[in-house]
Amino acid sequence: MNKNEIQLIKKGKRIDGRRPDEIRPIDIQVGILNRADGSCYLEWGGNKVIVAVYGPRELLPKHLQDSTCAKVNATYNMAAFSVEDRKRPGPDRRSREISKVTSEALSGVVFTEQFPRATIDVYIEVLNAQAGTRCAGITAAAVALADAGIPLRDIPVSCAVGKVDDTLVIDLTKEEDNYGQADMPIAIAPRTEEILLLQMDGHLTMEEFNTGLELVIDACKKVSEIQKKALLNKYGSSLG
Amino acid sequence: MSISTIKKDYLVKLSKEGRRVDDRKFDEYRPIKIKKGIIGMAEGSAQVELGNTVVLAGIKMLLGEPYPDSPDKGVLVTAAELIPLASPTFESGPPRENAIELARVVDRGIREAKVIQLDKLCIEPNEKVWVVFMDLHILDYDGNLFDACSLAALSALNTTIIPNERFELGKNEPLPLDESPISCTFVKYGDAIVIDPSLDEEEVADARLTISLDKEGSVRAIQKGLKGTFTVKEIETITKIAQEQVKKIRKFLGDKDGKNKKEKKG
Repeated sequence: MNKNEIQLIKKGKRIDGRRPDEIRPIDIQVGILNRADGSCYLEWGGNKVIVAVYGPRELLPKHLQDSTCAKVNATYNMAAFSVEDRKRPGPDRRSREISKVTSEALSGVVFTEQFPRATIDVYIEVLNAQAGTRCAGITAAAVALADAGIPLRDIPVSCAVGKVDDTLVIDLTKEEDNYGQADMPIAIAPRTEEILLLQMDGHLTMEEFNTGLELVIDACKKVSEIQKKALLNKYGSSLG
Repeated sequence: MSISTIKKDYLVKLSKEGRRVDDRKFDEYRPIKIKKGIIGMAEGSAQVELGNTVVLAGIKMLLGEPYPDSPDKGVLVTAAELIPLASPTFESGPPRENAIELARVVDRGIREAKVIQLDKLCIEPNEKVWVVFMDLHILDYDGNLFDACSLAALSALNTTIIPNERFELGKNEPLPLDESPISCTFVKYGDAIVIDPSLDEEEVADARLTISLDKEGSVRAIQKGLKGTFTVKEIETITKIAQEQVKKIRKFLGDKDGKNKKEKKG
């Protein structure tokens, strides 16, 4: 595949008309599931993600329990119909890696020491995928954790920066992801800017990497405001 | 209090005195030893020792179908096996998340830097291409499998011969390769950030970062792991150290290759 067969940036605008540092529209709904302890539905560009949080509850089988803290167990799953070519149901290598890094990222903000021997299960279902699903998943999971009343140091938030046509862009579309030169998803705790998740593939010079990091942290903070607004919409009135 | 808490306290205490448990400097890599072409049945192979960590990478090549989205390109398949022989904590059975993450990070480093010229591995578009199987076998586990496996994979690829004769496709030839990225892994415990973690250091680590750099010093792949966090400043420090260390490793590899070639000529 020739990487230059599609011109991804024309006159400073991207393929969907966005500026390089502009995120796609995000809509977050809190507490949309009945059975779950906390839940969130998030639309981000063309992504549609639903997250349920169960727990803290006893971790079984018992030998998996940690006597000092709770485990955060995130499961990232893509619906078979969420992508162009039907995805075979069940976990594959990609989704298991995403589940792992997501669990680790979320563990970084949960006060796990308050719930020894417990598990906090986070189920992330991708219903419609348009690039950036792991970022959407983490962002939604964070809101669902807050909705479940899990004690958090911060509400984590995630976004990606990439490079297309030698330009750094925020929150890549599917085309930009497929034909672009680099993709770097990140998750941070927005209050302290601590990095909870950082992955990257492609090609970035050191300078691009450093600038990209700054850009994507700014973008994360914008997404963070949307998360907070959604939570305030649901719970603001009870604060009096 | 569990053993690992005691160990962690000890390592953190040492780090405050600027020391590591094996007396290395914070930015000091363990000695690297590479043996190439040790498996006769494989198309390419290499064993890498990184301190006491030993991994073996083997390359097999078969004919197969290309992926529909890249009909004129060869296929790269990477798998890692954490076999019980290598550590009391490894169990047999299908790969678990640690093995999957390891294989995917090594794969990404090699794929994204376009080490293998996959476009030269097409025999008939849409029908027949070379499939390169890269299998990583962990033999002795003393930390930092990410870097050890990346090095082993690269070294094995360097020795790989396409088995054209076996498939009646003409003469055997070396696998067409481009530049190679070198990965550097760091862990953080307490306030210390150290390169090339040993097993002890990995066990107490709060956070881990693997960064893969190409010849120009550009970033090709990154993976952060574990529950702890990094600040932007810490990432800056890490990338700086990685730049220097990768240069050193590259020089070491270059010297070694040069020497081998000389020996062959002589």
